[in-house]
Amino acid sequence: MTSAVEMKGITKSFPSVVANDKIDFVLEKGEVHGLLGENGAGKTVLMSILYGLYRPDEGQIFVNGSEVEIDCPSTAIKLGIGMVHQHFMVVPSLTVVENIILGREPIKYKLLLDMNKTLSDVKDFCERYKLEVDLKAPIHTLPVGVQQRVEILKALYRGADILILDEPTSVLTPQEAEELFKAIRVLKEQGKTVIFISHKLREVLAICDRITVLRRGKVVGTVKANETDLSELAVMMVGRKVVFTCRKKQVETKEVVLKVENLKAIDDRGLPALKGVTFEVRSFEILGIAGVEGNGQTELVETIAGLRKAAEGKIILESIDITRAPPGKRIELGISHVPEDRHKRGLILDFSVMENLILGSHNKPPFTIGRIRLNFEAASHHARRLIKDFFIKTPDTDTSVRHLSGGTQQRVIVAREFSRKPKVIIASQPTRGLDVGATEYVRQKLVEMRDQGCAVLLISADLDEIWALSDRIAVMYEGEIVAIRDPEKTSEQEIGLLMAGGKHD
Amino acid sequence: MTEKLSRLSLETRELFRRFLAELKLALRRILPQIIAILIAFLAGAIMLLVTGYSPLEAYGALVIGAFGDVNGIGQTFTQATPIIFTALAFIFAFKCGLFNIGAEGQLLVGGFVAALVGISFDGMPTFIHVPMALLAGAVGGGLWGFIPAILKAKLGAHEVITTMMLSYVALYVTGYMVNYPFKAPGWVAQTVQIAPSAELPRILPPTQLSASIIIAVILVGLVHYTLQKMSFGYEVRAIGLNPAAAESGGISIKRGIILALVISGTIAGLGGAGEVLGVHLRFIENFSPGYGWDGLAVALVGGLNPGGALLAAVLFGALRSGGMGMSRATGVPLDIVTILQALVILFVAAPMVIRYILKKGGFKWLSS
Repeated sequence: MTSAVEMKGITKSFPSVVANDKIDFVLEKGEVHGLLGENGAGKTVLMSILYGLYRPDEGQIFVNGSEVEIDCPSTAIKLGIGMVHQHFMVVPSLTVVENIILGREPIKYKLLLDMNKTLSDVKDFCERYKLEVDLKAPIHTLPVGVQQRVEILKALYRGADILILDEPTSVLTPQEAEELFKAIRVLKEQGKTVIFISHKLREVLAICDRITVLRRGKVVGTVKANETDLSELAVMMVGRKVVFTCRKKQVETKEVVLKVENLKAIDDRGLPALKGVTFEVRSFEILGIAGVEGNGQTELVETIAGLRKAAEGKIILESIDITRAPPGKRIELGISHVPEDRHKRGLILDFSVMENLILGSHNKPPFTIGRIRLNFEAASHHARRLIKDFFIKTPDTDTSVRHLSGGTQQRVIVAREFSRKPKVIIASQPTRGLDVGATEYVRQKLVEMRDQGCAVLLISADLDEIWALSDRIAVMYEGEIVAIRDPEKTSEQEIGLLMAGGKHD
Repeated sequence: MTEKLSRLSLETRELFRRFLAELKLALRRILPQIIAILIAFLAGAIMLLVTGYSPLEAYGALVIGAFGDVNGIGQTFTQATPIIFTALAFIFAFKCGLFNIGAEGQLLVGGFVAALVGISFDGMPTFIHVPMALLAGAVGGGLWGFIPAILKAKLGAHEVITTMMLSYVALYVTGYMVNYPFKAPGWVAQTVQIAPSAELPRILPPTQLSASIIIAVILVGLVHYTLQKMSFGYEVRAIGLNPAAAESGGISIKRGIILALVISGTIAGLGGAGEVLGVHLRFIENFSPGYGWDGLAVALVGGLNPGGALLAAVLFGALRSGGMGMSRATGVPLDIVTILQALVILFVAAPMVIRYILKKGGFKWLSS
């Protein structure tokens, strides 16, 4: 029996990163196959290649045993491949049925839309797959879970036998996710093949027959769901414990600098993201927060930086309660923040290197004189010093940051945040997307700041990084800190299990 | 001695070189606008040819009409003045990421309040009365900017809607005022004339050109200085370019939005005051023939920077005042001026607006 899909030696590079590096992927007919990996591991890119959205640089694709060239989504659709994207491609003002038939409208008399036939067709269709939807409702009136069902129906209506679901549960409530799982099981019974992309271990384990794990653009391995467990998957996904790569000074950690007590906050969808987080960071210490992405790390960082409201709980910086302080006040009190999304939060891309380097200190001496006027001499002096100290590769201080490479942009942020003489540094995914050299540099700088007495809170999806830098490791799962461990006295299995939500005593 | 001299000449040469470099840079920056204006005039010429007029003659008459004599020059700059204010108003809000399209209303409110102060306090010394009336106009316009600002900051109401709606409110409220409570005797819906002590001096008699243009030019410098050299301007630009990063950098977005819109309204209000105190000497119902909208166009033609807007406003003023001369001298209908203006806007602004919309994520559904 031939496989439904076989991808051989797929390689795809983008200007700054190799997204897929010689990936081999086999999809058997009638299975639910999980594609697991952190954000940026290359899952979506691989599936976009299968769906014809990207062309691979190298590699072959076989569908039902014969080699194919998929140059655009319509070719993929003809081959029976359908994809449901993370962001739905529906027309909000049209009704459900109109969305489902979009692009394959049944026509009568060569001109008119045959609405009656359409309705009965689609209704049969829904019954066959047990996907219930009110066909005449306009899409925008429906909850997200139902919209997703419409997307699945749309793909099936176009004749998909192989269905790619890209992070389908990331937008769903737990109840909606349960509904989706039911639907996937029905699809499987009907002989469809499903690829389920996710970074959530439990889901993948619950719904899939086989699981392929990607990490940094490479296949770590393919395992059968009934022959593996959470901690093995977690370790495959985020990496193994490594020997310390950074030399750190041995210092006695001193007084508590940052204290977070029973912190609660909601995410952008209004669901609880932090459910009572408590921890302390001391001076001369790096506290690493490990965890599978989407377990509240982003919200935690934003709440400490003052960019998200705390619903409950306290944030205390050296005995000052800053829970309600605006971001500017927190910067003034000594909190530096390296945001996870440097283009969105970290930089003003159309500002010059100099202008970016004073952001946050721009309204204080020496950069502002008499509380009103910017002091360009001081700013330019500051910029030139930081460019030298932090090896920022830029032609001059007036170049706009947009024109710098990703690694250099990160150096600009690091230079700005670290030169402020902070008491606390919150570094969120500080090396994401950077090349080896820049990664090494940023890590080394973090250790330097720690050695000088900073309290560092490091949030990283890369477990290697957590192992390499942290003095203590806190594991975050579903909005809570489930454990804090000494890296010397724990194992990758234990951390992996904790990250996956496994109980541990 | 010679050494000193040679060093001096070296320094002068260096200064001159730097000046040239700056000039080149500035020229390069406004090159697209200049090209667009040239294309607009070319298209206008074709239109003139097709309708049976000589483009050379018409454009000649246009230039002479606009700059040929004192009357023309005065008229050109008088026409340009209010548009400079409204363009600056638009630019200031725009730099903060706000689309203030309600300069029209802010100008009317500013003009009306200035007129009230100008009518009252008769006999006060000019050097107090004029600043007081101007200040009143500024406050009036600022207040009209504050309303959409607070609606945006507290409730998230989009400023495009609120500023536009408030323009109509301003139009009808001031219209009511001069039709009923403050109506001067006679047929026209207008206030009585302001006291002589509140009049802005005319600076190019016998034309209507008033000292308002001096205020406008000072404001051009002031807006540039505020945006580029002050820490508040830095914050405004940061919010306009990337609010999330500005917020992370400790900048209060609400404060920035409120202040930027209030300042924007203040500038437009001052423009209205200048018209009332310098040109009409009274508030006439809806005295603005669309200065607010012209300001938006001029801001875009001027590349959204204050100096550029000044030049563009003069161009628009010249088109208006020269157009009258042209139609007198050559019989070309005045409408050709409106067409020329529209063409300039089309060629300059349309690509900019489209690029802006694309950058802000419009038409995403098309590209994905």
